Amino acid sequence: MTSAGTPVTPAGTPMAPVLYRVTGRHEETVDTVTLTLEPVGEPIQTPLPGQFTMMYAFGVGEVPISVSRIGPDPGAGSAQGAVLEQTVRAVGAVTRAVCGTRPGQVMGLRGPFGVGWGMETARGGDLVVAAGGIGLAPLRPVVLHALADRGAFGRIAVLIGARTPGDLLFARELDEWRARGVQVEVTVDRPVSGWTGHVGLITALVSAADVDPGRAVAFLCGPEVMMRVTAEALTGLGMRAADVRLSLERNMRCGIGWCGHCQLGPLLVCRDGPVVPYARAAPLMTVREL
Amino acid sequence: MGETDGVTSGVLAGERFFAGVPEPHLAALAATAEPVGVPAGHRFFTEGGPAQRFWLLRSGKVTLDLQVPGRGAVVVESVPAPSVLGWSWLFPPHRWRFGAVAPEPVTAFRFDGAAVRELCDADARLGRDLALRFAQVMLDRLEATRVRMLDLYAHPEERR
Repeated sequence: MTSAGTPVTPAGTPMAPVLYRVTGRHEETVDTVTLTLEPVGEPIQTPLPGQFTMMYAFGVGEVPISVSRIGPDPGAGSAQGAVLEQTVRAVGAVTRAVCGTRPGQVMGLRGPFGVGWGMETARGGDLVVAAGGIGLAPLRPVVLHALADRGAFGRIAVLIGARTPGDLLFARELDEWRARGVQVEVTVDRPVSGWTGHVGLITALVSAADVDPGRAVAFLCGPEVMMRVTAEALTGLGMRAADVRLSLERNMRCGIGWCGHCQLGPLLVCRDGPVVPYARAAPLMTVREL
Repeated sequence: MGETDGVTSGVLAGERFFAGVPEPHLAALAATAEPVGVPAGHRFFTEGGPAQRFWLLRSGKVTLDLQVPGRGAVVVESVPAPSVLGWSWLFPPHRWRFGAVAPEPVTAFRFDGAAVRELCDADARLGRDLALRFAQVMLDRLEATRVRMLDLYAHPEERR
């Protein structure tokens, strides 16, 4: 970091990408892929849960992508060291190119950027993690961090909304989280035959979360409307708006607050976010054209 | 259906749905209720059937379904505990608009709808209070339904 807090890559500038090799690729859903990345040389700084990187598909372009695992996956036997996982949904030319990379290929990373979830401020209380769709990607490090430091947190409730059961991310991990004492509730908009989970909007799960609203911190990520209604449901249960944090998504380009593409009112989301307390985000989320 | 302990005003006072209800009203409502436990697969009601009860779910969840020709009973929503199941008992013609099934074991307090309507007729304050509480449940589910109509998780190309 520079004195201003801007991450400097080993190339000596925050704008120069660092080379990472794809060492693993897992297709989460029909359009979403998790890549395992290992540095070719010097790594970027270790991200905090909630931070993102700019992923560069050479010759195509650069996109902001959430970090979905920090460090190696002990269950996958991946290499030790500065390993990252990033989960990408193919929605445009660049993300399609990123999703299309295969083990052995090299891509560029800049970052990590933004402020994280602030795990240290959640210690000692209960934890609510509410994710919609691809929003589970930046929240997975929260769950993994809390499980790795289980005694520092009270009860943990993970609430997940997805379009269909086939759209669930990290489906293979959810039972493991349950087995380790996490309350995991999943709801879908469109059930399929044999689905025994919840059906409906994620807000219906909020009252089922086994946490004390008076001593809980909530982390939310998903479509903005989903976060807004979930935050309202949580504050309706008695949580303070300052204890509900959202991860906002805007058009991040530089990642360091220089270019202004991701401006949201007084916020530059890449630098001041993406994680923002609901108390600060709420007045901005209903302003048209903002 | 199995039964557990009795329903008292004190027990109802601990339920979020009844938070703040005066004790005499709780006592009157408790007299119309009984605790029930049902196994997975139990059908609470069927679309078109007489709506004579409502339930305060205490554990488990219930799925709401609608019979669709060629598709059978299609689940449209689930209602997890703690929540209220059933409001058609409150409105004429007192017929269920959807069906309801327990996909897993459920415990609940079951209320006698006709008896509660009589209580509401006899005590306008209780009636207004209860109607507002059910209206809040309906408001929440209406909002959830409207948000689901946005299909927020769809692939951007599908939304065009």
